[in-house]
Amino acid sequence: MRIFHASDIVPSDITPRTLYERRREFLRLSTGIVLAGVLPAAQAKLGPGKASALSTTESPTPLQAVTSYNNFYEFGTEKEDPAQNAHTLRVRPWTVSIEGLVKKSKMLDIEDILKLVPLEERIYRLRCVEGWSMVIPWLGFPVASLLKQVEPLGSAKYVEFITAVQPETMPGVSRGVLDWPYNEGLRLDEAMHPLSIIAVGLYGDVLPNQNGAPLRLVVPWKYGFKSGKSIVKIRFTDRQPNTSWMKAAPQEYGFYSNVNPEVDHPRWSQATERRIGEFRKRKTLPFNGYAAQVGHLYSGMDLRKYF
Amino acid sequence: MKPVWLKPLIFIISLAPLAWYAWGVQTASLGANPIEAVTRGLGTWALNFLLITLLMTPLRNYAGWAWAIDLRRMLGLFAFFYASLHLATYLWFDQFFDWPAIAKDILKRPFITVGMVAFALLVPLATTSNAMAIRKLGGRRWQQLHRSVYAIGALAVLHYAWMVKADIRKPLIYAAILATLLGMRILWRVRKRSRGRAKPHHQIVPGTMQK
Repeated sequence: MRIFHASDIVPSDITPRTLYERRREFLRLSTGIVLAGVLPAAQAKLGPGKASALSTTESPTPLQAVTSYNNFYEFGTEKEDPAQNAHTLRVRPWTVSIEGLVKKSKMLDIEDILKLVPLEERIYRLRCVEGWSMVIPWLGFPVASLLKQVEPLGSAKYVEFITAVQPETMPGVSRGVLDWPYNEGLRLDEAMHPLSIIAVGLYGDVLPNQNGAPLRLVVPWKYGFKSGKSIVKIRFTDRQPNTSWMKAAPQEYGFYSNVNPEVDHPRWSQATERRIGEFRKRKTLPFNGYAAQVGHLYSGMDLRKYF
Repeated sequence: MKPVWLKPLIFIISLAPLAWYAWGVQTASLGANPIEAVTRGLGTWALNFLLITLLMTPLRNYAGWAWAIDLRRMLGLFAFFYASLHLATYLWFDQFFDWPAIAKDILKRPFITVGMVAFALLVPLATTSNAMAIRKLGGRRWQQLHRSVYAIGALAVLHYAWMVKADIRKPLIYAAILATLLGMRILWRVRKRSRGRAKPHHQIVPGTMQK
């Protein structure tokens, strides 16, 4: 297993002095805001994060749309519900337990997770299974960096991501629309793929609650529901996890759920999508346009069977 | 007694949902996905008007509001109006008039199939919603034809339920309202029949009846 050493940090990774000095400006500013009683200290600007070659050059969807049109059923099933209700979500203190088939399970505090590795900006396409898409500038780090904090056993083949349940802040969990806590999963090689990230922010700032604060999964070649929000537990397993959506409708939502224009949802076509903010629909691309990077993970697999 | 201004007033109010969505598009206040908001909103209002139309007969029967029947045709035509706009948004903004794709969609997607059937069944009702058609068809046949509105209501609710991803609470509320409206008709018929049977009985042994 690859461990990051100090020698791995190239000079270009280090924040330039001018930016570094501006951090104090941010701190001063945020202190002022805290004194004004508007924002908690944790909301100091996180970004911008170093640029990544894995980012798309497509223009990002406006912040307003990214933060007001969400699927986060714990806060209600309408698109505008999360933006209205998620302000109550308690994001501190927050710990993430990494457990299951590992030599020694570990409990990590969010503050330590934020300091694990330098944050990167990853501008990714997001394709929802419902037929709409966005381009979101995430701020985060590879899932691999987090998984490397523990030593998985040789028998570990899958990783399960389990998200928070806060009945007192989440009006949606009192109804059995889905099996709570929401859980999603990836094959270990999918989770370790450089495109898979843990996002802690977007648009250079702390992740808004409705987008899955304080940390969420982002797997850009899969339908959006695969990327669980507000994660509290990561579990290594030897068996394919039975995810919340698979339990809700096994004939409609498969474990892989790779974006695939050839394989329709039983009730609607996946051939096209509406990019939020655009009038004409776009053709949906295989693996959401990331086929060159991830296609090899599925070579020899019948993607109709493993939808 | 029905006031003369009632019908024009209901007519203007019935245009409010359309005005709301037109205003929303103009001012970009329909959220991040305005096309979806308009498409779904118009569909919801088609269903709303269908149920309001179906409420008129029970209002006359149970509340004795005879004027409700005078509004029924106009409200039914508004249901058709919103259903036509709803269909138009699908053909235009969702499919961009790609007819082969539309044909495939109708055959392949049960919720589209059901929606299309419901709309197709609405067309003869809308075209016969005038005095001349009643005269031509004859009252009895006209009434038989227009009973298909019950099936249309059920198909429209099914169309809604099959579109929803997981949370079917709203379609279930619509289903419950539709069931209540249809149930009220059945109850009315049963009561009418039993009253009809009670009459001769009443005449034979008048002394045993309370009234």
